[in-house]
Amino acid sequence: MTQVMEQIVQSVPQPAGPVPAKMVVEDFSASFGEMQVLKRVNLQIMPCERLAIIGPASSGKTTLMRSLNRLNDMEPQFSREGRIQLDGHDIYHPQTDVPALRRRVGMVYAVPTPLPWSIYENITYGPRLAGVTSRQRLDALVESSLRASFLWDEVKDRLDMPGTDLSGGQQQRLCLSRVLALEPEVLLLDEPCSGLDPISTARIEEAMVELKRKYSIVLVTNNTKQAARASDRTAFFLMGELIECGPTVELFTNPKHQRTSDYITGHFG
Amino acid sequence: MSTMRAQIPVQSAARRPLLARRRLDSERVISWVLFLMALSALSGLAVITAFIFKEGIPIIAKVGLRRFIFSSHWYPLEGEFGILPMIVGSLMVTAGAMVIGMVFGLGCAILLTQYCPPRMVSIIKPAIELLAGIPSVVYGFIGVAILVPFIRDYLGGPGLSVLASSIVLGVMMLPTITSISVDALRAVPKSYIEGSIALGATEWQTTHMVVLKAARSGIVAAVILGMGRAVGETMAVIMVAGNTLELPHSILDPVRTLTSNIALEMGYAAGDHRKALFATGVVLFVIIMVLNTIALRVSRRRSKVKVLAK
Ligand SMILES: Nc1ncnc2c1ncn2[C@@H]1O[C@H](COP(=O)(O)OP(=O)(O)O)[C@@H](O)[C@H]1O
Ligand SMILES: [Mg+2]
Repeated sequence: MTQVMEQIVQSVPQPAGPVPAKMVVEDFSASFGEMQVLKRVNLQIMPCERLAIIGPASSGKTTLMRSLNRLNDMEPQFSREGRIQLDGHDIYHPQTDVPALRRRVGMVYAVPTPLPWSIYENITYGPRLAGVTSRQRLDALVESSLRASFLWDEVKDRLDMPGTDLSGGQQQRLCLSRVLALEPEVLLLDEPCSGLDPISTARIEEAMVELKRKYSIVLVTNNTKQAARASDRTAFFLMGELIECGPTVELFTNPKHQRTSDYITGHFG
Repeated sequence: MSTMRAQIPVQSAARRPLLARRRLDSERVISWVLFLMALSALSGLAVITAFIFKEGIPIIAKVGLRRFIFSSHWYPLEGEFGILPMIVGSLMVTAGAMVIGMVFGLGCAILLTQYCPPRMVSIIKPAIELLAGIPSVVYGFIGVAILVPFIRDYLGGPGLSVLASSIVLGVMMLPTITSISVDALRAVPKSYIEGSIALGATEWQTTHMVVLKAARSGIVAAVILGMGRAVGETMAVIMVAGNTLELPHSILDPVRTLTSNIALEMGYAAGDHRKALFATGVVLFVIIMVLNTIALRVSRRRSKVKVLAK
């Protein structure tokens, strides 16, 4: 609770000017080998907002997400240009502490990928890596993060059950919990509901409303309806380019570009 | 099964009776040939096992199991058959070889899978596997020519020793352990690795906390195979172990292993002595069985926990 307060206090606009962006993507291009996947993208992620990213398949949405926490570094073919800042610091600076960056910018994938361990171990893995050793603190983290992703009531009696034995929707919420246990600042959700039933999807959307008070959330979704109902701003990507970005209501009711309106009305993609 | 087969030609008989018949016959012949081959292979193994036990058990009974296993006196001509030094020798040499084989083999596998570009692995891995084809006498020869003098000059003792045997065997095990471990490590889903990295783990933390854990049963299999080779290897060990009949007190002492004992004395043994060598074979057989069982248990422990947790 105090942490929520702190976060809110921090994010109160400074009297001098507008709220500084949490993350800034500046002229960012990315390629795999010869193929350019992102083309000079400029985008801001504000504190305590839900930013939806929509666009047809292969338009570079996942690549952008994986660039925000430097997961693409693992791809031998990957190369990039331009800058990405977190709180004003260039995340691709050679002296960046990359594991720490990944703790601050947590990510949930399209396919739930719990590690082949118990629920408890899945959630405490990240905090233990970060140096949390107190059993009490770990227990508290497990409970709070499971509650935040609406999974606690379903699994509280069987925390030592393998995470891989949960249903798909539960596994996805477990993956969300284990990211929340890192106490990140930015949450990247890459099509988190693409394989889920409507109830699990509703659960995750519900969780996001709560989570937005504390985190910046970037939600990639192939479901324009979800973007419309569960985001504050929306960005539309096409073939690696950011076509349009603005308040969700505006983008959906009054898109500036023809291609945006074609996409949201389902004329292609 | 046979009734089902019989029905097939009836159904297809109307259209192409000849072809269907011919295929059926050749398939039957092939399955019989395969069956006979499997049967003869298995019965061959069974006969060998039975023969070893038939020859070995009576002498163990005559000497007494406890004396046979726990006595350090091996004077075949006087009817003294105690193989304790050789059991200890085999176990020490095997344990040493396992440590060396595991540390280096697994280290090599981790390096190859986690830190090398895939193209390099596809060159290096076959090269390592080629090492398995070098005859053991060559390993023994290199051991005698280089390793034994080195140990004698720098560490003391006669040079021919437990340590020398362990190193030679460990090196011989490397290709097996490395290549099977590489396969096991590669089979770990990429999603585990990415999941761990995305949670703020470094590459090394991911390797030892996620990848090694997930690949454990494969790694254990690699070690079992390597261990089998270490316990059973004879030629290279005879060349570097010293083959004395004393109980070893340090890793610099010479030893004789169970397999060496059989190989060294088989040429002139007769009567009870010959039978005692078969009995040595029986003990070897039991040791390998026990070690394999333990290893299999270890590799299955995880899945059992899973079942219990449900
Ligand atoms: N690891 C990779 N190596 C090579 N090409 C890739 C890799 N990841 C993605 N791509 C390519 O980049 C393009 C954009 O993919 P992606 O970012 O996953 O799009 P989206 O998430 O919008 O569907 C695709 O054409 C895809 O084939
Ligand atoms: Mg994608």
